[in-house]
Amino acid sequence: MKKKSLLLLNSLIVLACLLGLWQAVVWLNHLPAYLLPGPGAVALAALDRLPSLLNSLRITTIEAAAGLAASIVAGVAVAMVFAQWRWLRQLVYPYTILLQTVPIVAIAPLVIFWAGPGIFAVTVVTFIICLAPIIANTTQGLISVDENLIHLFMMHKATPSQILLKLRLPNAMPSLFTGIRISAGISVIGGLTGELFAGSTRVGEGGLGYAILYANNQMETSYLFALVVAATVLGFAFFFVVMFFEWLALHNWHESSRPQTAE
Amino acid sequence: MVSARDPAIPEISVRSVTKRFRGAVALHDISLTVERGEFVTLLGPSGCGKSTLLKLVSGLSPASDGCIEVNGMTPENAREIMSFIFQDPTLLPWRTVAENVGLGLELEHAARDLRKERVVEMLQLVRLDHVARRYPRELSGGMKMRVSIARALVSRPRILLMDEPFAALDEMARDRLNEELLRLYAEQKWTVLFVTHSLAEAVFLSSRIVILAAHPGRITHELRVDLPWPRTAETRESSEFEEIVTQASRLLRGVVMA
Repeated sequence: MKKKSLLLLNSLIVLACLLGLWQAVVWLNHLPAYLLPGPGAVALAALDRLPSLLNSLRITTIEAAAGLAASIVAGVAVAMVFAQWRWLRQLVYPYTILLQTVPIVAIAPLVIFWAGPGIFAVTVVTFIICLAPIIANTTQGLISVDENLIHLFMMHKATPSQILLKLRLPNAMPSLFTGIRISAGISVIGGLTGELFAGSTRVGEGGLGYAILYANNQMETSYLFALVVAATVLGFAFFFVVMFFEWLALHNWHESSRPQTAE
Repeated sequence: MVSARDPAIPEISVRSVTKRFRGAVALHDISLTVERGEFVTLLGPSGCGKSTLLKLVSGLSPASDGCIEVNGMTPENAREIMSFIFQDPTLLPWRTVAENVGLGLELEHAARDLRKERVVEMLQLVRLDHVARRYPRELSGGMKMRVSIARALVSRPRILLMDEPFAALDEMARDRLNEELLRLYAEQKWTVLFVTHSLAEAVFLSSRIVILAAHPGRITHELRVDLPWPRTAETRESSEFEEIVTQASRLLRGVVMA
């Protein structure tokens, strides 16, 4: 425990040094704020426009979280269908990879064109970008079950649904969480990308992506930096929330959460 | 018990069974009868199809030709009275020891109270009641195997099919589990069909050893083991034990050389 807090203290010192260096570069070169604002100016801009910053953060959080949640539900459902019917998996699975290779910046305008601008359209964009990792990882977890375990269940005359619920699904949990972790990271990116195209239904109000575009147009570079920091922190927060749920679900039994004894 | 042929239906009856995998003959014209209460071990070099034969008897894999009956039923219909024990413990890592042991009853929708009672009983039987709430990853290899055995016993099978269950263990753990298995065998009066490639293990456990040859898998010899019961650690030191091991070793060598 003592070691951990020392480590935290050290990382904070590193952060402080980096911020100090940044501020020093700005001061020494007399850089104007529109070109490169110092950390102080960024903090001031954030405080100054805190309500709209928080509002943008709220909107993007909703879009990313809703898109991620929907992709988990849909992805697990698709993976379960794939696991149950091998022929269907072999037929359709290759096409799910297209989800990953399709350029989201090209799709986003289309989605907005179909769904109309606003939170819903951006959620759909996030959903699309999050779906492939969930499907791929969950399917892998559902089908890679030890053959002897299947035999064991068969010896007890287990029904297909018992094999799915009591064997395949729990077996897939670690890989499902791997998928969710990947998708959590890109869900915020999906949200921002969607917002760049149609983040707002009212001028001057929208998620972080929209606000970044707006601040850029207005040459409010300090606020732009504050928005970038907010988006980064949001991505981190998503990642850690998923890590927490993963720990909650797996720490009892899975090797990944075994306490590390040696470094 | 071993020598007298019961006029009633044999516990396991394999008649002229052949098994082919994609054209290759894994087992050729196998006939084997196991009477109630026998401990029969299938012994042979790798590739002789001894594990395959066990799978056929369990009904997990169908025979290509011939007929298999378990207590007069097809293997599929006899699953209720059989339990299969695999080479690996094959425990579900997300379940505690007690939950693993109760799996079979749970799948068969047994009442919760009965389940609980039986799980406790089985864990006491294999002397693992103190780790009921632990997860498999916290146990040693030998303990995991005992959990696997407890899980197989929980539905009170009459027939045990064991596929090299102790192969992954060190010799000391294996010897101890062999003794424990015989103690349970004497108590519970199962019929056991056991697969191993360890001579000493086969001689120590069995009332009869069936020796198989490979390519194609076929039965070449049968050997009665007339060592007195109950068998204990001292049995391994007796000259009779040595004698039978030598005899079996000679038969097995003939099979491998041929």
